[in-house]
Amino acid sequence: MSIQSCVEVHTEWGIVSARQAGRNLAKDVGFGNVDQARITTAISELARNIYLYADKGEICIEAIQELDKHGAKKGIKVTARDKGPGIKNVREVMSDGFTTSGGLGAGLPGVKRLMDEFDIDSVSGEGTVITTIKWLR
Amino acid sequence: MRIPILKLHDYLLISVQVDLDDQTALQFQEDLLNKIHQEGSSGVVIDLTSVEMIDSFIAKVLGDVVEMSNLMGAKVVLTGIQPAVAITLIDMGIMLDEVPTALDLEQGLEKLQQELEG
Repeated sequence: MSIQSCVEVHTEWGIVSARQAGRNLAKDVGFGNVDQARITTAISELARNIYLYADKGEICIEAIQELDKHGAKKGIKVTARDKGPGIKNVREVMSDGFTTSGGLGAGLPGVKRLMDEFDIDSVSGEGTVITTIKWLR
Repeated sequence: MRIPILKLHDYLLISVQVDLDDQTALQFQEDLLNKIHQEGSSGVVIDLTSVEMIDSFIAKVLGDVVEMSNLMGAKVVLTGIQPAVAITLIDMGIMLDEVPTALDLEQGLEKLQQELEG
């Protein structure tokens, strides 16, 4: 059930392929139009961060299933992994409008709002792993 | 990839048919400004009916191109933003407050006409 597919992000085209892989899997899992857009947009933001700040890394996408008291729930898990400089101040990057790239500063806080679960693990000088999940409702 | 820009009298019409990658978006920004300059266009409609995803970067490029065109003296209206795209943008906290929008191409052209006459 949980087959993970990874897309290498090293160029702008990596952003596009990651986004397409995400949309295809979201469709397969059964997400509707709006959630497909949310998942695709979140992947795009994560992939762009890798490209901008870490030069290269990967986006891995997998369909997941979890048992809870209501039965089985399905979802999609997106992991963004890089060996870049790491995030020095996680609180800062998670605040709306904070940007070091001249962008809108909507990226990471935006991803958190688009998805259901969001977790950053970053070590300065070693890299960053961001794991995020959207559950099918 | 280049996005075609069509001329119709004093207006320029653009229908974006693909999900934009960064390079295409930036190239489009430059192409549009050059075309406005070349043709002396007073209004622009950018139709986004076929666009299924706008992330923060593309949103910034679109917002910027509207402002840049305004600086040059041309009004821009964005049309056809899909429900899923509108929901995603607001979820992300991206407002595009200053950007004129309309439901479709037809209403976009009407809006331009009103703004330019009024």
